[in-house]
Amino acid sequence: MAGAAQYSDERAREIIAAHMGLEGPAMPILHALQEEFGYVPDAAVKQMAEALNISRAEMHGVVTFYHDFHRAPHGRHTLKICRAESCQSMGAERQARNFLDKLKLDWGGTTPDGALSVEAVYCLGLCAHSPSALYDGEPIGRVDAGKLDEIAEEARD
Amino acid sequence: MAKIYIPLDMAAVAMGADRLAAAVAKEAAARGDNVEIVRNGSRGMLWLEPLIEVETPAGRVGYGPAKVNDVASLFDAGFLSGGAHALSIGKVDDHPWMKRQNRITFARCGVIDPLSMDDYEAHGGGAGLARAFQIGPAATIEEVTKSGLRGRGGAGFPTGIKWKTVADAPADRRYVVVNADEGDSGTFADRMIMEGDPLALIEGMIICGYAINGSKGFVYLRSEYPQAAVVFGKAIEVARNAGWLGDNVRGSGFAFDIELRIGAGAYVCGEETSLLESLEGKRGIVRAKPPLPAHVGLFGKPTVVNNVLSMATAPMILEKGSQHYAELGVGRSRGTMPLQIAGNVKYGGLCEVPFGLTLGEIVNDIGGGTLSGRPVRAVQVGGPLGAYLPPWLFDTVFDYEAFAAKDSLIGHGGLVVFDDTVDMSWMARFGMEFCAIESCGKCTPCRLGSTRGVETIDKIRSGQDVDANIELLKDLCHTMKFGSLCALGGFAPYPVESALRHFPEDFRKPALEAAE
Repeated sequence: MAGAAQYSDERAREIIAAHMGLEGPAMPILHALQEEFGYVPDAAVKQMAEALNISRAEMHGVVTFYHDFHRAPHGRHTLKICRAESCQSMGAERQARNFLDKLKLDWGGTTPDGALSVEAVYCLGLCAHSPSALYDGEPIGRVDAGKLDEIAEEARD
Repeated sequence: MAKIYIPLDMAAVAMGADRLAAAVAKEAAARGDNVEIVRNGSRGMLWLEPLIEVETPAGRVGYGPAKVNDVASLFDAGFLSGGAHALSIGKVDDHPWMKRQNRITFARCGVIDPLSMDDYEAHGGGAGLARAFQIGPAATIEEVTKSGLRGRGGAGFPTGIKWKTVADAPADRRYVVVNADEGDSGTFADRMIMEGDPLALIEGMIICGYAINGSKGFVYLRSEYPQAAVVFGKAIEVARNAGWLGDNVRGSGFAFDIELRIGAGAYVCGEETSLLESLEGKRGIVRAKPPLPAHVGLFGKPTVVNNVLSMATAPMILEKGSQHYAELGVGRSRGTMPLQIAGNVKYGGLCEVPFGLTLGEIVNDIGGGTLSGRPVRAVQVGGPLGAYLPPWLFDTVFDYEAFAAKDSLIGHGGLVVFDDTVDMSWMARFGMEFCAIESCGKCTPCRLGSTRGVETIDKIRSGQDVDANIELLKDLCHTMKFGSLCALGGFAPYPVESALRHFPEDFRKPALEAAE
């Protein structure tokens, strides 16, 4: 994610503390940590376990259950390409495969220059404009090969 | 001053609505035209997005799909007063797509400014809640029960009975939880409500909270819907500032508040018990039922878990009375169903009609057939766990019972159209693959069965012992169907079995090729 902050124990502690008043604060904390640092660092997971008074194993289990949470830094930009049925009905699977092959990536991979991570997503709710994608949070309908190449190019800057 | 509507709906934005709105504002300023741009929800005619609407004395006139480079010509054509233009669709309310609908849940969606309480109230918003306060909790539940409203998430459980169960469960705290983890491919109705008429969902939650004597509501929204998160988050503030949330809801003395929570990319969290686990901050692992969430739900307290559409329909039922809703529909499927038509289809969008249309009417008459212009080969109804139906079953009536009788489900009302280039053995494989990716891992049939399913279909596709492996696959489907803990593993066989049943030739292609 563009503009992610460097990890610090201090900052993680603040983020965790800010959410402790919520009922069931774990998910909001994980989202906030990832928003801040671009991923969920192990050191922050350890702090979370202490704050929530659960074992580190249990906390680790929560982080790893959800597809959205990354345990290592990601690319500066993220492209999520939908591969659910509606997008497949419009040829998304082949299109995505060609794009990944061109970048020599697999799903979830990041380009060697750290510019772009490409993830699979299962439905963005843009099914009347399949195939669809989400680039750094911006929705794109009727995605074609040209648009994907454009994004890969733009991400490098 | 001319009033222009350009949707903020994520689908419209995905087709350039934000850039269009900026271009319209710029062009108006350059020409010295005084315009007010309202960012509304979508009308549901998604193939026309971005759809610009202009308020004229005769009604709202639409232009779409409009691109940035159409803006100058729209101004030239005098679109601010409804002038003729190639993109004009005339009066939006007179469009055939709108005319055939009976909008109840989506009555305001696309019509109003979603973040204006004044606009909301001017279009009937708040009347349902006012009536609920007037008739009291027990009569409110009675109204919802009598309307025949069933859960729109997929299972179709009667909403009023769920509310009554929670209200009757002894507890010091009760929760209202809205399931906005709309993960099914081909569905976007929840998203459209949360972006286009979020105050209706909030009103529905308050009504529910009042009816069951609950004090807190959560909306669990999937992370794949960033726009809905933004709009709904703002709507909560609008409601709070208007005195709809907090210690004294609209001066009634009833206290209620709502919190928006975001999921993290787990499809299984659309299953209600898994959703509750996730809200509590745990892995989204499915709970065994019983106990039902209505008895032991969020943090162990009695909890109503309703889909966005069910909850957002409650205000209208209270406002107009249960009879008005119950008069629509067929058999035990009462009221309307917001159909979502998607995939390879000419006119994709959301169409709210009473139950009772046939599948063929929906796909061909409303949807206009495929976008590619090729013949329709299959329609998947009800998301990734729904069956694939061939054109020879297009006379199936769209309601809960008729679909169940054809070994399929209507789920959340999504339909994905495929043309004749689809490879159904690949889609069956994908169904199993998706289940393997998304399985929570608690029960064996789902966790292991889905992976074995992928492997078995791979063998079939490569021509290995095709007959024996098809038998094995059927057996596996049977085990998953009857041995899984929840609908993910339990329904994942539907797309696979329906593909096998209706499109057997697609499972024998490699063998044919090998023989040639």
